[in-house]
Order: sequence, then C-alpha cells, then structure tokens
Amino acid sequence: MGKTIAEKIFDAHQVDKPFEDTTIVKLDAVFCHEITTPIAITDLMARGMDRVFDPSKIKAVIDHVTPAKDSKTAEQGKILRDWSRRHGIKDFFDIGNNGVCHAIFPEKGFVRPGYTIIMGDSHTCTHGAFGAFAAGVGTTDLEVGILKGVCSFKAPKTIKFELTGELQEGVYAKDAILFIIGQIGVNGATNCVMEFTGTIVDDMSMESRMTLCNMAIEAGGTSGVCYPDMTTVEYLWPYIKNDFASKDAALKEYSKWVSDSDAKYDRVFKYDLSKLEPMVTFGYKPDQVKTVRELTGEKVDQIYIGSCTNGRIEDLRIAAAVLKGKKIAHSVRGVLSPATPEIYKIALKEGLIDIFMDAGYCVTNPTCGACLGMSNGVLAEGEVCASTTNRNFNGRMGKGGMVHLMSPATAAATSLTGTITNSSLFKGGK
Amino acid sequence: MKSFSGKVLFLDRSDINTDEIIPAKYLTEITKMALKPYLLEDLKMNGFNPVTDIAGKKVIITRENFGCGSSREHAPWALEVNDINTVIAVNYARIFRQNMYNCGMLAIDLSKETVDDIFITFSGKDTDCVIDTKQSTIQLKSGATAKTINFKLDGFDKALVESEGWVGYADKNY
Ligand code: SF4
Repeated sequence: MGKTIAEKIFDAHQVDKPFEDTTIVKLDAVFCHEITTPIAITDLMARGMDRVFDPSKIKAVIDHVTPAKDSKTAEQGKILRDWSRRHGIKDFFDIGNNGVCHAIFPEKGFVRPGYTIIMGDSHTCTHGAFGAFAAGVGTTDLEVGILKGVCSFKAPKTIKFELTGELQEGVYAKDAILFIIGQIGVNGATNCVMEFTGTIVDDMSMESRMTLCNMAIEAGGTSGVCYPDMTTVEYLWPYIKNDFASKDAALKEYSKWVSDSDAKYDRVFKYDLSKLEPMVTFGYKPDQVKTVRELTGEKVDQIYIGSCTNGRIEDLRIAAAVLKGKKIAHSVRGVLSPATPEIYKIALKEGLIDIFMDAGYCVTNPTCGACLGMSNGVLAEGEVCASTTNRNFNGRMGKGGMVHLMSPATAAATSLTGTITNSSLFKGGK
Repeated sequence: MKSFSGKVLFLDRSDINTDEIIPAKYLTEITKMALKPYLLEDLKMNGFNPVTDIAGKKVIITRENFGCGSSREHAPWALEVNDINTVIAVNYARIFRQNMYNCGMLAIDLSKETVDDIFITFSGKDTDCVIDTKQSTIQLKSGATAKTINFKLDGFDKALVESEGWVGYADKNY
C-alpha cells in the first residue's frame, strides 16, 4: 500500500506513538509571533522551564501589530524580543525587517520540502505549499515545541483535490480556494491534510500555491500541501544552492516528498476549473461563497489589499495592473499593506507603489494590522470591507464590521467603483 | 484534575468560531484572567446575552465544528477562567479540541443524534450536568427529567486530562 506525502513526512519524523492514533513528531522548525508566543514564554518562565530546544530551529517575528500601537502590544513585542536575545535566536525579525509571518518565513528560505513545522497561528498551513507538513497549534503545543522540539498529532488523513483545466485570465488561486471551501464547507476537511494536485496547481507560482494552502484552515484542514517540483526548487534555489550540485539534483531529492499513486485517501475531489469565475464571500463564514457576478453592485466602505493570503508581490502586480492610471471611488478608502519589506522594495522599484498612491491608496508598513482588526484600518460598526485576507468572521476586522473575501484583482476593481465589481482582467462569464 | 460538572449553557448553533469565543482585540492581554469578561462577546446567536447567560454555567453543550478559525488558546482560557472546563459537541475544529486537552480540559464528542436529543430534551431548561471521567458517563438532569449518556475518551486525551495538560506529560516523557 502506497503512502501520502503527509504519511511519509510523519514516518520520517516519528519520535513516539504513545497511543494507537497519536504520533509524536520531531519538528524541523518552530515559528513564533508576538501574539501567541509571549504567553507561552511567560508560562515556561513560571514553570521554571525557560529553555529552547534549538535556537537555530526557532524563527520569530513581530508582525501582528507593528510598530506597537499601545502599551500592551509594546509589552508583547518586548517579551518576544528579550526572549529571542536571551536564547540566541538569530532569525528574529523586528521593526525595519519584519513582515507577515507566513510571507516572510518562506521568503527567507526557512521552509523546505519534507519539513515538519508548527506555529501558534492557524494559517501555518500556508507552508505546505513547499511540500511540508505545517500546522497551526495553540499556545501549549507551541510551548512544548519550543521546549522539546516535538508535537503530537493524530494520524493524518488526507483529502486529495485534483484541480484540472486551466484558470481563465483574471481568475486566481484565491478564487479556486474560495470555490473549494464553498464546496466542502468550513468543516469539510477537519483533521485532514488538503493535498492540492493537478494541472492548475502544476502551473501555479509558489505565491499562488501559498494562497491556496493558506486557506486550508478555513475548511478545517490541518495543513495544505502541494508536491515539490521545479517551481519549488527555483524559489528555494538561493538558499539551497550550496547543498546540491544542480537544480535537477535538488528536484530528485525533493521528489521523495510526493504521494504514491496507490496511496489511500480519505476522499478525492476532482474539479475542472476551466470555467471558474472570480469568487467572493458573503455573510460571516468563509464557505458562504458566490461569484463576483452574483454580488456585483454591493456597496463597500474600505478596500484592504495585504495579508498572508494575498499580500505578496504577485498580488500587488495584479492589483496594480487593474489600478494603473485610475482613481479609487470617492466613497471608499483603500489600504495596501505589502506583506514583507522585500515585497515593498520590489513594488517600489517596479513603480507599483506609485500606482497605488496615485489611485488614492494609503500604503502601510508590512504588518497583519487590519486583517485581524488590530490596527491600520479597523472598521467602524456597520462598515463593509472588500478584503484579500482569509477570514470574514463577524467582527474580524472591527466590531460590527463585515468582510467580503476576494482576490487582489477583484479588490482593486472594487476600489474603483466602490461596489463589488469584476476586474477588467476577467473577460469571461456572461 | 479539574472539575467538569455543573450547570449547562446551551449554544444552539454550529461553527461557533474562536473570534466569537474571544475576539482578536483581547489577544494583547498577557494574563488569562483578563479575558474573563469578554467570553462569547461577539457570538452571533439570536437571543443570546453573554452578560446574563454565562454566569454560573460550567458546561457548554453545542452543535458542530465548535472552535473553528484561529488557533488562539485564549478560547479555552476564556472558558477556563469562567470556570467552564467542559464542552460537549458533535465535533470540533482540530486546533481548538487539541488546545482543550492540552490544558487538561474536556472536549467531548457525541453523535449528532445524541446531541439533537439533548437539545430537544433539555435546551431552554435549567440543567445540571455531572461528568464522570472514570466511568465515561455524562448525567444530565432537569427537574424530573434525567438522562445518562456514555462517551469515549481516547487514550492520549485521557492521559492529558490526568496529567493536567501536555506540558506536564511531555516534560515527563520526552
Ligand atoms: S495576515 Fe491575518 S491571517 Fe495572516 S497571520 Fe496575520 S492576522 Fe493571521
């Protein structure tokens, strides 16, 4: 019987199997940010266990609220900063070098095929785009990860998604994942790894694969995962070029992290997405999805482009292509948050920031900010935001506020009209 | 071990997410106790009033996919500091469920039919719940109506409850 990629990764990392359905896995990386880690640090200190298993395997960033907005967030940053210094955690990213965790850690080359990764953040599933097993965990799992370098998981069941055909112009990974969540529901992949395969995924950039895997948790998935291929190798090459004689050699090594053809899946879904249109959420659950066409004309107050889902350079390029030479509607506010300083710099060089600012966007520093309603664009009661983020829960971007999730192209087009609108890049669908 | 019994708070909805259990804006708190007044503040459910409905309750009974969304352990903590150490539901989001056991708390799964039946029989009534982790039984009682229900506690979950959480267990074993 063949194995899935997740099963292979588990086999290679198993430390213990204390009970039939429970595996303790060794971790290759533990990622930390300033919202969920400080409370783990203070608890470890209170227990007299202020230690880390391996400072080189711990990566930390202040990203959710940065620069600090008040004394409490300043304190959270300080606890993480002091701890990183105390334990010699060299890969710690503070103001000036910090960006949204799930964008900056891959960008720095910290994710490799076959890795096991945890973080006290539900969107850790993003890193599965590299052929890794990456899962969001709570503070206690994070504490044990920091202390011992292990985490407990139930045996991973896998759901395979075969995405075939070719996406129409103006349709993106975000539309694909919104469609999938709409199909299987917010509970559709609970306790399962969501494995994305097929021609559409093969054609995707690493950025798009990260968008796809990022929202696995929105269907309850433990991790998203894509098979490593030449696109993965190309992306990682600057970080692995000393480890391999050639890109082909790297690909050969990484190719062990794919599922066998006779692997056993919990379920298999096949979707031909050739006719898929741009999608958008309505309501307060990410599985409440319609086509943009069906919701065209719905009024919004703010547009937010950014986050670990869609704040990468590819996203900024697409949005800028829609905005170029145009101005946003008087009735709306536009906020752009490039996800990392590197993305910000490339956007500056390519003239994208000019396009956004000329259109009337406020460009913020790289941070989570408005995505979780903490800073940089919190909504007022009754306001509606067109957003490239991943959660539309009630109150997510501000108490009493509402969020429509969509692609950067749709968000940019929506900012021009002030109402939900298909972008000029999308020519299909009548 | 914690105490798992007491009066029941019925939340008749599925997909209650962690933003509803404890909104993100309170994640800047660095003590668990500070979360106490904000439990279920943003819950979208007709007729629910967190101020009057939570007081005195020790056990939550709800529907499907409880605790979906963010990984925040603040969700179980917000329950814990309100003396709610037990949730009973059809199923949970993975991270929330693990967080509960990692804290030595109970997230009990029952079949949909059983949960439906509990809601039909007890919802809206003043109900007491007694949980016996040794016998794996739940006793529900409201006035003259009483029911005993069996549940299953897996080996690892049980070990975590008995070790009062994962830090203690892991420190001992790894
Ligand atoms: S951008 Fe939003 S979803 Fe992503 S890590 Fe930050 S707060 Fe979470």
